[in-house]
Amino acid sequence: MIAPLFVLLALLTVAASLVVVLHRNPVYSALGLVTTLFLLAVLFVGLDAHLVAALQIIVYAGAIVVLFLFVIMLLNLQVEPRTLAPAPLVVTGAVLGGALGVATLGVLGRDPLPLAAVVGPGYGGTEPLAERLFTAYIVPFELTSVLLLVAIIGAVVLGKKRLS
Amino acid sequence: MGVEVAIAAAKAGFVLFLALQVMGLGVFFERKVSAVIQDRIGANRAAIFGFAGLGLVNTLVADPIKFLLKEDVRPAGADRLLYTLAPVLSVLPALAAFAVMPFGDVLELEGRTVNLQAAALNVGVLYILAMASLGVYGVVLAGWASNNRWSLLGGIRGSAQMISYEIAMGLALVGIVLTYDTLDLQEMARRQGELLWGWLPAWGVLYQPLGLVIFLVAGIAESKRIPFDLPESESELVSGYFTEYSGAKHLMFMMADFVEVVLVAALAATFFFGGWQVPWLGREGFAFPWGQQLPLPSLAVALLQVTAFMLKVIVLTFFQIVVRWTLPRFRYDQLMRLGWKGLLPVALLNVVVTATVVLLAGGRA
Repeated sequence: MIAPLFVLLALLTVAASLVVVLHRNPVYSALGLVTTLFLLAVLFVGLDAHLVAALQIIVYAGAIVVLFLFVIMLLNLQVEPRTLAPAPLVVTGAVLGGALGVATLGVLGRDPLPLAAVVGPGYGGTEPLAERLFTAYIVPFELTSVLLLVAIIGAVVLGKKRLS
Repeated sequence: MGVEVAIAAAKAGFVLFLALQVMGLGVFFERKVSAVIQDRIGANRAAIFGFAGLGLVNTLVADPIKFLLKEDVRPAGADRLLYTLAPVLSVLPALAAFAVMPFGDVLELEGRTVNLQAAALNVGVLYILAMASLGVYGVVLAGWASNNRWSLLGGIRGSAQMISYEIAMGLALVGIVLTYDTLDLQEMARRQGELLWGWLPAWGVLYQPLGLVIFLVAGIAESKRIPFDLPESESELVSGYFTEYSGAKHLMFMMADFVEVVLVAALAATFFFGGWQVPWLGREGFAFPWGQQLPLPSLAVALLQVTAFMLKVIVLTFFQIVVRWTLPRFRYDQLMRLGWKGLLPVALLNVVVTATVVLLAGGRA
């Protein structure tokens, strides 16, 4: 992808994710989340990963955040009073975040990746991705689906008042 | 480079033009079909500068002008930004989905081969589903930002309904994707030009009749029109999520409704009725199964294909409008039962049967 476009998208993504954390109205926070996820999908398109981009929008932007909004509206949440977390939590967060930032800068300061790590054309397409998913990574894939099934059954059990 | 950009812009403009033209025709059908079904004459009194000679056509010109000139009311306590954004968010994804719609095969022009599709995405089907899933934000935000109980109820109903029927819609498309072994809509349309037993065009409806029914029902539910208009339901929620909207914003919601109808028609045509395919028309011209040949220039072939696509979309739009004026509204529990206990299991069964047949037939149907 062209570098200026990437920088612009990256800045927009960071701005949108700041809205998620900083805005006092939960509906705006949820919308900030949608915008972040949408912009991430655009970044995926820039990396030629069309399938991942489409799935990102369908699953996250199109379904999960809609459910967030649904719950926010049903609960009729009002504008949140701005409170700060207890001091130990803030300190821990600042230290860990700073460490992550330093580590990222350290990695970025190194030499660029060797050329062998650059993927070939069509890497992010549907067929190569499906091929890896259903051969090399079939066990994690199936385990994830079992996990989701467990979550669904759990939701049904919790949702039903009495099981008869 | 300049020519490429011009071609891309022309294709994008043309497909939007097609969509909006059929949408206008859809409004015409809506008025006239409803009138005929209810044994009325229909709107025929709009006079433009004293001229009422064209009857309903006058009304179709006068309607949008009237909408645009109305006062734009924003209720007290409405969220200013989201209230304005919601109509845009509801019409934009529906129009954006047309980007991957193939409206013809290829056009040979001055040594260039132009693919008649605005954006050739290799994940076209998923792109359509992504855009359909984004359409729900307009509804939800309009409902919330209006600061009105009826609107909020409509918005909540809308989001639940659209998420429920998206699943059945996606599964109906899985069958078609399995049949044609591609996610690209243009490739799908091309493969529907193959002939069965040497004479019958292999349109999707022959392989996936059940898929067509599920897709149409889910599609009509996605466009939130009767019998699935619970988010609006005039008799209980006034107008649901767009109760408070007036003027141009209201017009945008109406437009989103009709664009969605046209989108569902265009998708059904592409997936199940051969898209731009004219029976026995290839790139070189007609090759009839009884051996006769009729060679045609590329431009004529492309024109025939675009016309065929338009006709299919218009017929399917007409069909949806007839359905809308024939059936009464569902109750909310009926709507949810149909979606989750009716369409979803049937769609899953369709996927399993299709996958088995494709596997036994050796990879491709």
